[in-house]
Amino acid sequence: MVMERAKKKSSPLIASFLLVFAGGWGMQAQAETGSVFADKGIIVLAAEVSSVNTFNVNLKKVKDPNAPPAEDGLRDVENPATHVLQHPKEAYVGLPKTEFGNHVDWVKAIDDGLLKPRWEKTDPTAEPFVLDLDIVRPVKASVPDVVFPHRQHTEWLSCSNCHPAIFIPQKGANQISMSAILLGQKCGVCHGKVSFPITTKSCKKCHSKPKPADWKPPLSEATLKNPWK
Amino acid sequence: MRSHAGRRLTGGLAMFGLVAWLVAFAMPQNAHAEYADIVINNYADAAGMRPAVFPHWFHRIRFRCKVCHADLGFKFKAGGNQITMAKIIEGQFCGACHNGEVSWSVENCDMCHSGIPGTPTHFHGSTVQRLIAPPYQGLDANKKLSK
Repeated sequence: MVMERAKKKSSPLIASFLLVFAGGWGMQAQAETGSVFADKGIIVLAAEVSSVNTFNVNLKKVKDPNAPPAEDGLRDVENPATHVLQHPKEAYVGLPKTEFGNHVDWVKAIDDGLLKPRWEKTDPTAEPFVLDLDIVRPVKASVPDVVFPHRQHTEWLSCSNCHPAIFIPQKGANQISMSAILLGQKCGVCHGKVSFPITTKSCKKCHSKPKPADWKPPLSEATLKNPWK
Repeated sequence: MRSHAGRRLTGGLAMFGLVAWLVAFAMPQNAHAEYADIVINNYADAAGMRPAVFPHWFHRIRFRCKVCHADLGFKFKAGGNQITMAKIIEGQFCGACHNGEVSWSVENCDMCHSGIPGTPTHFHGSTVQRLIAPPYQGLDANKKLSK
């Protein structure tokens, strides 16, 4: 009888810990409650609150974006050489930072002379053929127009990497859309995989030419032909 | 009045809850390797080796994209180059540099073959991976599903 009372007294405390469980382990916590504490009304109520009501289920944030190889989740810690590999953070010391990708501004690192990656496999003196030519692409939507700078690209790549397989070198010959890019075509062959990724913070790196002051977004056909107007 | 047994039960549960809570938050939620690290597992698992992990960041500090993607013929596709150890020791792909001359030689198996067994070929941290809904596959994919 005494035992019974003690259990009842401690039940709110147990419930609070079960709530913590529900946050951390979701379904598992519910299953546990169902089997063990199903006969104690208050506990079941507390733990039955859905675990999806957390803030924000779909927001994936990485705590340590430049984790050492042994903690990166890709490499096997049982593998001896995993612990010999260089740590990215050590390599990035002194390099300019960005908010996305490797969190390194690779283009600026070259421009500032902080990095000098080889252009030829074995010749450290070979220089790239840099083409300083900007291509402006008008954009239908309200976001700024795209300016494609050849300069930054030709510092890393040769013409044959993109032309003619990915981009036909002719005005108006290339249909580009953000959905194609997101799926890994056109700019998305590199951007979103190796070069800077497509996130809200990187839109303006390409969409960089503001629309004229008198620009208005074109009205959609459904609005123009609205029979209820 | 509370019994000793009751207190022990409460204390035990409290400790267990605290430990479980700490463990749940300390555990890695998912992989957080470098952006653009590639796992290549075309043949490795089947051959009883760990999959190879290619760190783009390490290589782009030392070489421009052009060296591998134009001169050495690496296609812009994870797992799209059908790299084998036979090709590497012939001096193709990784073997163009990992030959003991430009960089360390192929006997250091574990330096590349360092991935967790069973990890599929993929680009780590790519935009497609970060999409919440899987990308639309088109009408053909739906037809295949209904068959």
